Amino acid sequence: MTVDIVVPAAGESVTEADIASWYKADGDYVALDDALLELETDKASMDINAPAAGILRVTIEDGTVSVGDVIGHIEPSDQAPVPAQQAAEPPPAESPTATPSATQPGGHPSPAAAKLLRERAIDANAVTGTGRNGRIIKSDVPSAASVPVAESTTEAPTEAPVEQPAPRNAGERVVRRERLSRLRKTIATRLIDAQQSAALLTTFNEVDMVAVMALRSEYKDAFKEKYDVGLGFMSFFTKAVCDALQQFPLINAQFEPDAIVYHDYCDIGIAVSTPKGLVVPVVRNAQALSFNEIESAILGYAKRGRDGKLTPDDMAGGTFTITNGGVFGSLVSTPIVNRPQSAILGMHNIVKRPVVVDDEIVIRPMMYIALTYDHRLIDGKDAVQFLVRIKALIESPTRLLLGV
Amino acid sequence: MVDLLIIGAGPGGYVAAIRAAQLGMTVTLVEKRKTLGGTCLNVGCIPSKALLDSSEHYHQAASKFSVHGISVKELGIDFKQMMARKQDVVNSTVSGIDYLMNKHGITVMHGSATIVGPNQVCVDTQTLEAKRILIATGSEPTPLPSVPFDGKRILSSTEALSLPKIPKTMIVIGGGVIGVELASVYARLGTEVTIVEYASGLISAMDVDLGRALQKSLKKLGIQIHTRTEVTGCSVTKTNATLTAKKNNADVDFKAEVVLVAVGRRAYTESLGVSELGIALDARGRIPVTAAYQTTVPSIYAIGDVISGEPWGHKAYMLAHQASEEAVICVEMMAGQQPHLDYNCIPGVVYTWPEVAAVGKTEAELTAANVPYRSGKFPFKASGRARAAEESDGFIKVLSHAETDEVLGIHMIGPRVADLIHSAVTAMEYRASAEDIARLCAPHPTFSEALKEASLDATEHRPIHI
Repeated sequence: MTVDIVVPAAGESVTEADIASWYKADGDYVALDDALLELETDKASMDINAPAAGILRVTIEDGTVSVGDVIGHIEPSDQAPVPAQQAAEPPPAESPTATPSATQPGGHPSPAAAKLLRERAIDANAVTGTGRNGRIIKSDVPSAASVPVAESTTEAPTEAPVEQPAPRNAGERVVRRERLSRLRKTIATRLIDAQQSAALLTTFNEVDMVAVMALRSEYKDAFKEKYDVGLGFMSFFTKAVCDALQQFPLINAQFEPDAIVYHDYCDIGIAVSTPKGLVVPVVRNAQALSFNEIESAILGYAKRGRDGKLTPDDMAGGTFTITNGGVFGSLVSTPIVNRPQSAILGMHNIVKRPVVVDDEIVIRPMMYIALTYDHRLIDGKDAVQFLVRIKALIESPTRLLLGV
Repeated sequence: MVDLLIIGAGPGGYVAAIRAAQLGMTVTLVEKRKTLGGTCLNVGCIPSKALLDSSEHYHQAASKFSVHGISVKELGIDFKQMMARKQDVVNSTVSGIDYLMNKHGITVMHGSATIVGPNQVCVDTQTLEAKRILIATGSEPTPLPSVPFDGKRILSSTEALSLPKIPKTMIVIGGGVIGVELASVYARLGTEVTIVEYASGLISAMDVDLGRALQKSLKKLGIQIHTRTEVTGCSVTKTNATLTAKKNNADVDFKAEVVLVAVGRRAYTESLGVSELGIALDARGRIPVTAAYQTTVPSIYAIGDVISGEPWGHKAYMLAHQASEEAVICVEMMAGQQPHLDYNCIPGVVYTWPEVAAVGKTEAELTAANVPYRSGKFPFKASGRARAAEESDGFIKVLSHAETDEVLGIHMIGPRVADLIHSAVTAMEYRASAEDIARLCAPHPTFSEALKEASLDATEHRPIHI
C-alpha cells in the first residue's frame, strides 16, 4: 500500500500553494521525515516531509496545488533499493467502479463523514483523512463534533416546498453565487462553534481618552525618534489588558469540560484586517513587553498581514483577543470570542461627547469598550470589574507605570 | 396542522415517525390494520422467523440430535402451541411499537387513509391537515392469474403463516425468498413440499452459487424442486389442488393439499387517492419518487415497497430494512440534513438453514459490467467452529476488484450468515479492500473466520485453513 503525499492545510486562509521545488526526485529513496519539497502559500513557505520511508513517486512536479491534493506518493520500503531493481509501478487506477482509496484525493469518507461533508458543502478533497489509508472519518470533518446539524431544532427547519411564481420582468436583478473561500468557511465554522458551544454575553463601559491622547501628543515624536515606531493606542490598551488579566485570571483562562486552564502569561491576539479577511496574530508575553516592543510587534504583524506573509504559527495560541472596530468607525459592537479563549475586548471609535466631569458638562473624547465573555467560566462581576479596571488605567495612564 | 402525516405503520412508516419525532416534528401515523408494524411484524418477517426457528428446533431434534449422542423418545409436534408461540412473538413485537409511538409522542390513528389534497388526508370520515404527507403503504402478495388465491387451498404467505394444521403435501410456486423460507418450515415439520420455479434456479436475484448451494440443502430436507417450470393453471377440489404446468415443453401435473403462491409482492396503493392528485403510478403500480423520496406533488413523499426510482439508482428490493433506511433518510432530508443511502450496500438475507446472505455485486453483474474481479471462497467444512456445531454446509465468497482489491460483493450461505453479513456491509461502506478484511483479527473459533479466510483467498489466494 502506498502512502500519499498530500498538500496539508497550512492555516486558516490557505487554500492553495505553489510547488516551489522538489528537493528529491521521482524514484529517489527517501527516509521518514526527509524534506521532500518546498511549498509556497500566500502566507508562508514550508517544507513537506516524507510521511514514510520508501521510493518517492512524484505526480505533480510544479504549479499551483490545493490543500488536500495528492502530489505524489511513497512506496514504502525499509531499504534503499539496488539501482537495477525495476520500478514496480502500480497499475493506473482508472476503473470508475473501484478507485482504490489510497490513491483517492482526500480519501474515501465514512458514511457519517460523507453526510457531514455534504451538509457543510465541503469538498472531500479539501479534507485530510486520518483514517486508515487516508480515509476521511467523522472527526476529520471540520468542527464535526461541535455542530449537531438540525438535531435539536424544535421545528422542522425547512418548509414544504411551495411552487414559486416565476419572477416578472423586473429589469436587471442579478443574483450571483460565489464559491466560499476556505478562509470564509473556516471563519464561519469557528464563529458558529463559538456561538453554539459557549454562553456568550457582552458587557460595556466607556473610557475618557483625554489623558492618553495628551500623553500621546506630548511624546509621540520622541517615541518615534527613539524606537522607530509610532505610539498608538494599542500599546496602552494591550498593557491595560495585561494588568487587568493578571488581576482577573479567569478572563485569561480557558474552559474545558472538566477543568479550567489558567495562563500566567498574556498572549494577546490582535485582530487584523487583511485583504483576504480577518486574521488574528498573537503578541506573545505581552505582560513583559514595553510599549515600544508591543507597537513594533503589532506593526510587524500588520505589514506581514498586508503582504500575506503571516505564518500559521503567528496566529496559533493566544489567551485573549483585542479587536478594534473603531478604525472603521464602529461606535459600539458585541465581538465574538476567539475560541478556545474565554473573552475578547472590543475597542471602538473615539467620539467627542458631552460628559459630566466634576458636575460640569464638558466635551471629552470618549470610546465605548465592550467585553464579550464566556459566562460558563466568568461571572458578571469579574467581567464588569475587568472593564472598570481598563477604564481606570486608560483614564489615568500613570497607574500603568505604578501598577496601582 | 401536524408537520408530518404518515400513512402505513410498517418498518418504513413507524421508523419515519420516530425519526421525525426525534427531529422535533409533530407526527400523526395512520394505520389500516388493528396493530402497528405492517406486513413485516404481523404477517412477514417476524412470524416467519418464529416458525422457522420452531421448525428448525424440531428438525434438529428429529434428525440431527442423534449424531450428538442425544436420543429423544416420543418426539412430537404440538402445532397449535407452535402457532400460539408465533402469535405471542408477533403480539409482543407489535405492542412494542405501540410503546415506541407513545414514548415519542406520536399520534396513532387506525383507519383507511385517502389523500384528498396536497396537505389533506381523509381517514375514514375525518379530514386531517399536514405540512407534509409520507406514503409508506408497502406491498401485498402478487396474485397469479392462473392460480387465484382462495385462502383455503391456494394461499398467500399470510395464510401460510397461520395454517390450522400441518398439510401432508404442499406446492410452493416461486423459489424466491418467501417461497424457500416457507417451504423450509413445512418440510421440516414433515410436509412433502414441491417448489415450482419459472427461472433456472432458486433465489435467482442472488449470486448463482448461492442458489445452487441452497438447492442442495433444500433437497437434503426432502424438498422436490422443479426449475424452468411454468404453471399454466389449476383446479381445486374440497381436499386438494392440482396444478398444470409446462416443463421442457412437456405437460406436468402437481397435486397437493395446499398451494402457496409466492411469486412476489406488488405495491399497495388501494384507495390511497394518489392518481386523483395527479401522481402517475408506473407500469407496475408503484409511486415514482425523486432521490429525496418526493412525489410529483412537492408536499407528498413516499418510501419503502411502494416506490420506484430507477433513474436515480433506487433498487426495488422490497426489504423491511431498506424501507427503514429510506424512512430515516427521507425524514432527515425534510429537516434539511443531507444523508445518503447506497443501494449497493443493502444486504439481502434468506432465513433458510443454512442461511443465505449477500451484499454488493454478484459475479454475473460484474461480468456483465466488464469489471475485472477476483473471487475468494472459503467453505464452512474447513471451519473448526462449523464442524463443532455440526453445521458445515455452505461457504463465503468474496469478490474484489482485480486491480484495486476493493471489495465489490460478498455472498454467503451457511450457519448464522444473516448476522455475519453486517461485517461485509461495514467493509463495503468503508470501501475496504479484500486485504483490509483479511487483516482484521477474527475471534477463534467463530463462523466469522470464514469471512477473513475468503478475503485472504480473494486478495492473494493465500487462505490459512484450506
